[in-house]
Order: sequence, then C-alpha cells, then structure tokens
Amino acid sequence: MWLAKIVVTYKRGILDPEAKTIQHALETLGYQDIAGLETGKYFEVKLKSGLKRPQAEKLVNEICDRLLSNPVIQKYTVDLEEVRQ
Amino acid sequence: MKFGVVVFPGSNCDHDAYHVLKHVLGARVEYIWHKDTALRLFDVIVLPGGFAYGDYLRAGAVARFSPVMQEIVKFSAAGGKVIGICNGFQVLVEAGLLPGALIPNDHMRFRCQEVYLKVANNATEYTREYQAGQVLKMPIAHYSGQYYAEEDVLKRLQDQERIAFQYCDARGEVDPAANPNGSKLNIAGIFNEEKNVLGMMPHPERATEAILGSTDGLGIFKSLLGKD
Repeated sequence: MWLAKIVVTYKRGILDPEAKTIQHALETLGYQDIAGLETGKYFEVKLKSGLKRPQAEKLVNEICDRLLSNPVIQKYTVDLEEVRQ
Repeated sequence: MKFGVVVFPGSNCDHDAYHVLKHVLGARVEYIWHKDTALRLFDVIVLPGGFAYGDYLRAGAVARFSPVMQEIVKFSAAGGKVIGICNGFQVLVEAGLLPGALIPNDHMRFRCQEVYLKVANNATEYTREYQAGQVLKMPIAHYSGQYYAEEDVLKRLQDQERIAFQYCDARGEVDPAANPNGSKLNIAGIFNEEKNVLGMMPHPERATEAILGSTDGLGIFKSLLGKD
C-alpha cells in the first residue's frame, strides 16, 4: 500500500500571522538565531494497494488540488512511499 | 420572491437570517438542509454565518463539497442570486464562485465588534437601496476574514466595480486604520462578475432592528425584495 506524506504551506507573499507570532515568541524566549519560520498542515493519506505509482501520484495530487490545499494561497509537497500494510 | 437559508452542520446565523426575512420583512423564506438539492423554487439563496463542518481544514473548505453546494454552483451559473455572509462568504470563495481567499486576520484574534462600511457600488440588485458612498454600521464576528487576492484579481475587482463594501471610518474614509483584519483594499464584500453573487464578512442580518443597535443591514434585503 502507498503512504502519502503531504505538507501544505502558504505561498510566498501570503501573510502567515501564526508563524510571525511563533517566531516572535521564540525571540522572546531568547533564541537569537531564528532567521525565519513557516507553519503548515501535515497529512498522511494511505492508498489502497493495487495502484501503480503514476496512478497513486495522480490521485494524491488531485486530492491536494481539490481539497487539502487552496491553490489561491497555498502550495504543497508530497512524499509518496510504498509501505507494508 | 422566495428566499432559502442553507443550514450546514455548524451554521449558527441561519436563524438570524430567517428571522429578518420572515418576521422583520415579511418575506417568504424556508430553510434548506445541506443535503437538499431542490433549489428550483428559490429566487435568493442565503449562505449564513457560523462554522460549517467545524471550519475543519480551512473555513468553508468542506462545505463547498456538500450536496447543496453542487446545486448552488449550477443555480448561480443560471443567474440565481446567492448571498454569503461571513462563513457563507468563506464557502463561496472556497467553491470558486468568488475570487480570492479569506485567511486568518492579520492580528490572529477573533474580532467581534461593530465596523463602518462604505457602499462602493450601489448599482446592483443587492445595494440599490443605499446611496453611493453611504456609510453603514454593522457587526463583524470572525477569525478568518482577511480578504486576499493577487494584484491582477484586485485590479479586475476594481475595474469591474465588483467591490461591494469597504471597511472605513465613521466619516467614510477607507483608511488602513479602519481595517479590522488586514483585508486587501479594505475589502469587506465583493460580487462575482455578473453581480448575482455577493459575499461579505460583516453581518447585515444582525443590523436590522433598532434594538440591535443598527438597521443599516436592512438595505441589502430590501434591495433584493425590491421595495422600500
């Protein structure tokens, strides 16, 4: 079976106030070396066995485009691996 | 003229919208359950405020795939009028019926307060009861109300007079200081290209009776009803 690890983050240029707040909190805690921080959402999606890799990739990209991300403001990365059930 | 108020699991301004239409204005109105798909009897669909499907994933993201929304896409394409208020606006942008996105407020706080709005376009079926540039007082209550769109989309909204309302101060100045959430161009509400779909973050249905502090929201519903 396939395991898709999906990370959805904001596109460059979209204000991410949560990330700014966290970064500021780290600075308040005394961490001087933080150069940047982004937040995102992480999903693990399991796909039924029997799909070939191209089919699995197509399916995962489709669900990312349609539901898991909003293409107006977000981008995503997919890490697809075959795992034992 | 018959109104339908959509009820998603998690809607919480559906009764307010129903009350205004039925009891304040005496209009014909019915609730539409989110699994219903028979919209042919309605002239105007109201997508109310609340937290449809718990705002899971992103506000409006799951609601857009509900059975009723599939029909509302067809309904609006055929010229049917659809107004999305607050969470309803979020559903409309997720569904692609309106451009752009509504992201968390720039200050990361839920804002529940009265704001002033400038009527940016009063030549529509939603706003004809108002004067051009009229200043309205209405409440907002949201966390994800920051309107975002790319520059070319913003330009098109301006060029096509699709901005319905902008946050302003009491004198009607559209000023960054009067922007409660970081929205681009102080945008509080927009139309689609054909102007039969309106989405807005402020709550006109909560500003329809003097006891609520303002009746400035009535104009939208009266405009739709086509009477004074």
